[in-house]
Order: sequence, then structure tokens, then C-alpha cells
Amino acid sequence: MDRRKFLGVAAGASALAIAGSALPKVIGGGGGQEDAAPKIRWAMVIDPSKCLKKDGCTACTAACDKVHNIPDFKDPKHEVKWIWKEPFENAFPEQENNFTAERFKEKPFILLCNHCDNPPCVRVCPTQATWKREDGIVMMDWHRCIGCRYCMAACPYGSRSFNWFDPRTHIKQMDPSFPTRTKGVVEKCTLCEERIARGGTPACVEACPEKAMVFGNLSDPKSEVRQLLEARYSIRRKPELGTQPEVYYLVD
Amino acid sequence: MRDRGLIFGGLAIFLAAVTSPVWYNLAAGTANKGPEPKLPALEKECVAPVGTMRRSHMNMLISWRDQVVRQDKRTFEAFNGKKYEMGLTGTCLKCHDDKAAFCDRCHEYAGVKPYCWDCHVDPKHLERSGG
Repeated sequence: MDRRKFLGVAAGASALAIAGSALPKVIGGGGGQEDAAPKIRWAMVIDPSKCLKKDGCTACTAACDKVHNIPDFKDPKHEVKWIWKEPFENAFPEQENNFTAERFKEKPFILLCNHCDNPPCVRVCPTQATWKREDGIVMMDWHRCIGCRYCMAACPYGSRSFNWFDPRTHIKQMDPSFPTRTKGVVEKCTLCEERIARGGTPACVEACPEKAMVFGNLSDPKSEVRQLLEARYSIRRKPELGTQPEVYYLVD
Repeated sequence: MRDRGLIFGGLAIFLAAVTSPVWYNLAAGTANKGPEPKLPALEKECVAPVGTMRRSHMNMLISWRDQVVRQDKRTFEAFNGKKYEMGLTGTCLKCHDDKAAFCDRCHEYAGVKPYCWDCHVDPKHLERSGG
């Protein structure tokens, strides 16, 4: 065997060996594992027509404020909000037209963290103080937040608030079972993960007198949320951004 | 060595002055006095043996914190097989209901300032302050 032949055989053999070990991974692991749906995927379906029945109702926001010790800084510039109301044209700016149905026009829509499948806030957080749990909740670790507010800049829904002042002195009624935050920490809706862990539902869902909010597991085809999404027409906020928000609004 | 008296006399005064706090404490009977945390009156058992809790309760609390917040694990199985829900306000303070007489006494003695209470709420303090 001359030198040229030897090099050719050696190159061929090593190429085969590399292909043999790498190919199954490429073929087998390409999508299967990542695409497998988790057993639980929490989501929220909101029916604005039910919500709008009662004018000026604040049951959901009040319940949320109470169980999470959310401070009330009077100045709207410093507002801390987990769940709040916004007119249709602000909630769905891309849906606005000259003939928006009267029942939606200038009526408040309930907004909260969308617990996106592809959350931009998680991507930008430098300390992993916020992350997406397996069940879909975009969770926060306030111990770890350094207050850089990257997540607030990244969130296209304005779901995150910053504590510009010590929140302790601005809490109307403190619930000792839930911690407060400190000055310089970002906070947002956690879909009441502390209540879900005990088998409960989010406080806002429980408090709504019209049952306009439905909380459930999207991975379960028999769940109420899936049934509602199957039966009725729903929209989501800014789906064109690719964040895959998991709060649905029934608009038919 | 004509100044022997002066040198040794000076040294004796110096030593007496330097060690005076020790003598003072010995005379007052406070020399070996450590902190006296108030233990729960009814409960006799904690989530770990006393020695472990004294040495490393802070590590346990940090581990609890990370498990609850980051891994959604809420139950702690104690050394004796008993199960507890992991939580500072809900579990620790349920027995150690007087934070000022338990946590604070040792922390003040040791000169440590844990920041747990910047966020977590002591229900008793809440009652007292009327908030």
C-alpha cells in the first residue's frame, strides 16, 4: 500500500466512524423529545363578554392584590400590577378598526402575564431569576432578581412591574403567608403557583363573580379550557411576535 | 537592672489594663453567657436534631427556598420520617412563634443580619405594629 492509498483508506474509515456515531443522534433526536407535549400546560381562557356584564367590577384585581401583598403606589408611573384592565384598543392594538363592535369598544379587558411558551423575558434575564417551568408557568425567583429590568424591556405585554420604592409601607393589608418584595425587584403574575401547588386555582379565577376566567390544563383534551377553545373563536395578544402567549380571549 | 521595679511594675499594670474586660466579665458572672433563644413551649421536636439545626439551619433554609421556588418541591422528609411543608413563615414560625425571642436573640449575639425578613413576614410583628 503506498502512502496515497493508505491516507485515502484511513480518511474513508474515520468518516464512516464519525457518521455512524453521529447520524442516529441527528435522526433520532431531531424533534421527538423537544416536541413531546408536557403532561401539564397551564393556561387561561378569558370570556370578555361575561367580564363586561358587571361594570366597574374589580373582584379579580382586588383578590390578586390581597393574596400577593401587592403594593399600591398611588402614582401610575410606579404602579405595580399583576392583573389589570385595559381598553380593547390597547390590549389588541393590531385588531383595531373603525368598526370595532360596540360591546368591545373602550370596554376594559382583563390582562395579565401571558405565561408565553417562548417567553422573551426569560431569554434576557441575566441571573435566571425568571424561567419557564415545565408546566408552562413563567416563574420568578425574587431572591435572585437584581432589578436590571431587562425583562421589563423584553416583555411585549407590559406584564412586569418594578418596585421603585419599598413596597412594605404601601400594602393595604399584609397577608403573612405570602412574602412581600423589596425595593429594586421586578414582580409579575405567577399564575398563583403557590395555590396550584395545593390543588387550587388562581385567586382571580376564584374571585370572578361572572366566572369569566377559566384556568386549566391545555395538554388535557377533556379540560374546560380545551373545550372552550374548540367550541369558540379565540384571539391572543400580539401572536405575531412568536411568543406563543397562553392567555386566550373568546371574542365570538 | 536598676529599673527592675519600674519595668516589671509597668508590665503588671499594662497586663492588668489589657485583661481588665476579662476580669470584669468574670466578676460579673457574664463570661460564659451565650444567647438565650426562647424555645417553643409545646413542641419538643424540630425538623432536624438540635445540633444540626444550630449548625446549619441557614443552609437548610436556603435549600428549602431553592426547592420550593425553583423546583416546585414542597415537602420535606425529616430525619425521623415525618413530613413537613417547606416554608419559613408557615412551618418554622408555626412553632417558633416569637421571632424576636428566638431568631433575633442569636442573630444579634452573633452579629449576623439575615435578610429573610426584608420580604418574609413575621405575623407577630404584624399584630404588634397593627398593620
